[in-house]
Amino acid sequence: MDPLLLSLRLAACVSAILMLIGMPLAYWLAYWKWRGKFLLEAVVAMPLVLPPTVLGFYVLVALGPHGPIGKISNALFHRGLAFTFGGLVFASVLYSFPFTVQPLIAAFEGIDRRLLDASAVLGASRWRTFARVIVPLSLPGIVTAAVLSFAHTLGEFGVVLMVGGNLAGITRTVSIDIYDHVQSMEYAEANRMALVLLIISFVVLSVVYGVNRKVGRRMWASWAAR
Amino acid sequence: MGIVGGALGEVLSISVRKTRSERECSPFLLDVKLEVPSGITIVFGPSGAGKSTLLDCIAGLIRPEAGRIALGSRALFDAEKKIDEPAPKRRVAYVFQSLALFPHMSVERNVAYGLANLATRERAERVASMLAAFRVERFATRKPDELSGGERQRVALARSLATLPRVLLLDEPLTALDAGLKKSIMDDLRAWNAAQNIPILYVTHSRIEVDTLGERVIALDQGKLAGSGTPHEVLEAPKRPSMAQAAGFENLLTGTVTELRAADGVMRVRLEQSACEIETPLGYAEVGSGVRVAIRAGDILLATEQPRGLSARNVMSGKIISLEQVGTMFVARVAKAAEGKVVFTVHITPGAKRALALEANGAVWLVIKTHSCHVLDA
Repeated sequence: MDPLLLSLRLAACVSAILMLIGMPLAYWLAYWKWRGKFLLEAVVAMPLVLPPTVLGFYVLVALGPHGPIGKISNALFHRGLAFTFGGLVFASVLYSFPFTVQPLIAAFEGIDRRLLDASAVLGASRWRTFARVIVPLSLPGIVTAAVLSFAHTLGEFGVVLMVGGNLAGITRTVSIDIYDHVQSMEYAEANRMALVLLIISFVVLSVVYGVNRKVGRRMWASWAAR
Repeated sequence: MGIVGGALGEVLSISVRKTRSERECSPFLLDVKLEVPSGITIVFGPSGAGKSTLLDCIAGLIRPEAGRIALGSRALFDAEKKIDEPAPKRRVAYVFQSLALFPHMSVERNVAYGLANLATRERAERVASMLAAFRVERFATRKPDELSGGERQRVALARSLATLPRVLLLDEPLTALDAGLKKSIMDDLRAWNAAQNIPILYVTHSRIEVDTLGERVIALDQGKLAGSGTPHEVLEAPKRPSMAQAAGFENLLTGTVTELRAADGVMRVRLEQSACEIETPLGYAEVGSGVRVAIRAGDILLATEQPRGLSARNVMSGKIISLEQVGTMFVARVAKAAEGKVVFTVHITPGAKRALALEANGAVWLVIKTHSCHVLDA
């Protein structure tokens, strides 16, 4: 598979999974009162400061035949996860976690608590409050989270190299492809791929800043209210 | 949940104890026991008295540590029996100070929000009738931020009452509105409740609201019940200093009882450890004990010459130290002559200021009736 397509596929899988896990976790972190919560917050933020090689190393060990996740995978599917697309997805989910969860927490926390109280006294369940009040009012944050996790996964390098290696069509993503080309002095090819990533990053960030502007917020809100 | 008409004349009985709510952090105890019959009951008290905490407990938004909240015979909360109905099941409507209208929904959708379990047609009918009852039909498709304060208030009421609640809680919702608007909204609320007959708790810290809306008043102070009865009974005889300030006593002076004249029903109090003495009604105090004297700024008269032949017992000379216009009235700060320590706040009309040619630094006489001096525990 073409490295660009592979990267896009990886980013799409990872951001979909991250949104599924991130929404409930961010909800919990934003609204639950629990004394030890800061520990979890620190864990969630850790990939921001850890060198990708450190994260990649531990993930590789965990995915390996003697690691806990490798054992589970072996037992269930009779194959390991290291140097596979599945392993890459797993590692990338961990690596991009803060980019999904933190904008979501910020968005959820930004909602006036009295709106949630109002929803409750009007008879709405937690789920209905989430779907009808929290999600529509956090749409800019949700879009930001999705776009950032997509973009961050698209551009990652260190973790992918550690966990996936460089297997053409399986784990060779754009960033690794660029590295490869540079190593072989193929600057023209490297430049072509780098330019594509540059443009994608610019477009993606424009979208994020665009929806977060006031006008964008209103647009989203009215769309959500339909 | 089958919706039936409001259960007629149910009494809300509350007995709760709650140390400070999780959302705020100063040490505080809410400890009250009260019965609220159907109709409007005003909950009055200074800010921080625990009014909102009380409403949050009734609505099920925060959990008291002990006590029981029941509507008629049905317990909404009972610490001993471990009953704690969740807020969505209580059918207690709550209009917040901020109103908390959903900003992303039209007026119509806001009002329909609590009616998810009605059939589509029934829901549309209910929304239409609520919008009509609170005169906001014209704004059905608008968003809350396109409405005026009074209109938003009406929408919030319509939304809360659309669910046919069994109790209505109002947390200072009308404070920002002018008197005319307030009266017209309250008239609509009274008209609605004439048919529903549910208990309505109306929280305010404004004395004016108590006077204009009140039938029954419950006074809260520092988390405790400080009085209940008609507005007159509760406001005219405040027992605690912070209640006195909330009830509009601009002058709250400390003093020492110097003499009791039981036969005349009065006593003399020396103010702020000065030589200034005033006569007050006889209170439960002994000579030498500390008291507080609360006097309304509007109950003090000013004269430019020493008045004679008055029934008022407290006539003192003084000097105006400042005079400023506040709205349509003048607020004078008058120091008792030779005793700069004791300063009285006095309200006067612009006409009186002109007629007496009152100016800052001018000499005046202060006149205070004995019964305008309210004695409180120190």
